Amino acid sequence: MPLLSVSGVSVHFGGVVALDGVSFGVPSGSILGLIGPNGAGKTTLFNCLSRLYPCDSGDIVFDGRSLLRVPRHGIAALGIGRTFQNLALFRSMTVRENILVGRHCRTRSGFFRNFLRPPGVAREERETSEKAQALIRLLELEAVADARVASLPFGTQKRVELARALAAEPRLLLLDEPASGLNHEEVGALGALVRGIRDRLGLTVLLVEHHMSLVMSISERVVALNFGRKIAEGTPAEVQRDPELIQAYLGSGA
Amino acid sequence: MSRRQRIVFAVVLALACALPFLVSNYRTFQFTLVLVYAIALLGLNILTGYNGQISLGHGAFYAIGAYSAAILMDRFGVPYWATLPVAGAVCLVAGFLFGLPALRLEGLYLALATFALGVSLPQLLKYHHFEKWTGGVQGIVITKPDPPFGLALSQDQWLYFFTLVVALGLFWLARNLLRGRVGRALMAIRDHPIAAEAMGIHTAMVKSITFGVSAMYTGIAGALGAIAVQFVAPDSFNIFLSITFLIGIVIGGLASITGALYGALFIQFVPNIADELSKAAPWAIFGVVLIGFVYLLPAGVAGGIRMALARWRAKRQNI
Ligand SMILES: Nc1ncnc2c1ncn2[C@@H]1O[C@H](COP(=O)(O)OP(=O)(O)OP(=O)(O)O)[C@@H](O)[C@H]1O
Ligand SMILES: [Mg+2]
Repeated sequence: MPLLSVSGVSVHFGGVVALDGVSFGVPSGSILGLIGPNGAGKTTLFNCLSRLYPCDSGDIVFDGRSLLRVPRHGIAALGIGRTFQNLALFRSMTVRENILVGRHCRTRSGFFRNFLRPPGVAREERETSEKAQALIRLLELEAVADARVASLPFGTQKRVELARALAAEPRLLLLDEPASGLNHEEVGALGALVRGIRDRLGLTVLLVEHHMSLVMSISERVVALNFGRKIAEGTPAEVQRDPELIQAYLGSGA
Repeated sequence: MSRRQRIVFAVVLALACALPFLVSNYRTFQFTLVLVYAIALLGLNILTGYNGQISLGHGAFYAIGAYSAAILMDRFGVPYWATLPVAGAVCLVAGFLFGLPALRLEGLYLALATFALGVSLPQLLKYHHFEKWTGGVQGIVITKPDPPFGLALSQDQWLYFFTLVVALGLFWLARNLLRGRVGRALMAIRDHPIAAEAMGIHTAMVKSITFGVSAMYTGIAGALGAIAVQFVAPDSFNIFLSITFLIGIVIGGLASITGALYGALFIQFVPNIADELSKAAPWAIFGVVLIGFVYLLPAGVAGGIRMALARWRAKRQNI
């Protein structure tokens, strides 16, 4: 059974059909590439998974449970982490603090206990900082760990977002164009990093990316969208030969 | 706290303890009010500075706290110290309940809604059906507490130390809260509410509890203020008080715990000094000083100090 299955999901914005009966499954432990021209509905699908957008019809089942009955703030605790296409960091906070917030759903102490800070809370804080430090090391953010994120270059901010998402120990990681704004070498390193994280942490990854060589080299399966509809699905080799996909990309001038 | 911070804290605390023995009773009373305002500003700063919810009506919670204390002491003979937890609890609930509908409002709209609270509450206090408790326009006069255990202190000195202990406790609690999981959640909501929710933060719940906690701090300050001033009346809590609180947190430094103290010194003493300089146009002088502060210290006094320290440290490293 797939870890995530999307079935017949449709989303409308006024007259715009952003998603039109999209169905596919993401096998546990795999990297699935989600591609398509601009405006195809990729980010909209992520936003449905995060419950930021309501689905007009269809269902999304994660690990045997429908996400449509889970509130927005409950998604992270279920094990779904994400990054955002246009960055959604806490800009006035430091890199470390951003990553610490990422662990919110894995920690418990509330207002009352935080006021009094008994030993249990202090211990929880210590463990949280240790986990954050490990991620800072993993993503090579040591030099900027205590800098405000707003002052950092775009590529570094993207890595902070990845670290913040990993801090929640997700089982499914949603990456929305992680390679945008990176140079050729950095894209190569990112591919290795995503694969490495998947192998080491046993994650499942849903990757939205325009950078075709990256998607095709690290994904086991690829789903292609165009105008909100699924137009192709299969292994990278199969999808690359798909006439409708070639047409979609040529037609949109990409 | 770092070693340097510890030393600074110890020195400031020693000075604060020596203060009532070095200055007149009237000055001591003024410094008691500084501590009271510092607590009120800390409350507002938790809401506005840390959580990004603007309140133009915190004078209302200060008033609710003040009246709770006054009514309890005057009508029910409750000892002054026992009124603080009650005033805090009343404002915690009032703030939480006000925070619930306020969840739908953001930025300037929230500012307007809180402004509405701030302007309407003083009038409600005058309402003749409540007069039995509130004393109507006349307000309530309360007696100043005597020092306990036969301590050789004046009433003003005793109240100063009492307020100092309460303030220390409340600042310690706030510092715990703000440097931990909840404090980070508050700031995350302020910086990016959608991302905060995606990180698993129940933003609606956190925001309304924060409103309650903020009101609780300001309400306890109101109760202490009433005890210090020995008098509550609707007109002491007009909308100007709410605006003054907002000035205090901006001048002191948004999202800064020590900023609350700097802001309190400002709102207590700058109007007094302006008044001494010119009887004719004290507010013009206040305005000029205010603009000067905003211009020279755009991140508030706390931000200015932080920057100066960073520069000093960088310089030392270069040598
Ligand atoms: N909040 C919204 N309100 C109105 N329309 C929206 C909204 N979000 C997305 N859309 C529309 O839905 C369609 C799909 O957008 P989406 O952002 O999902 O595309 P995408 O595949 O992520 O594109 P890109 O590669 O450019 O990021 C577009 O036509 C877009 O204009
Ligand atoms: Mg997109």
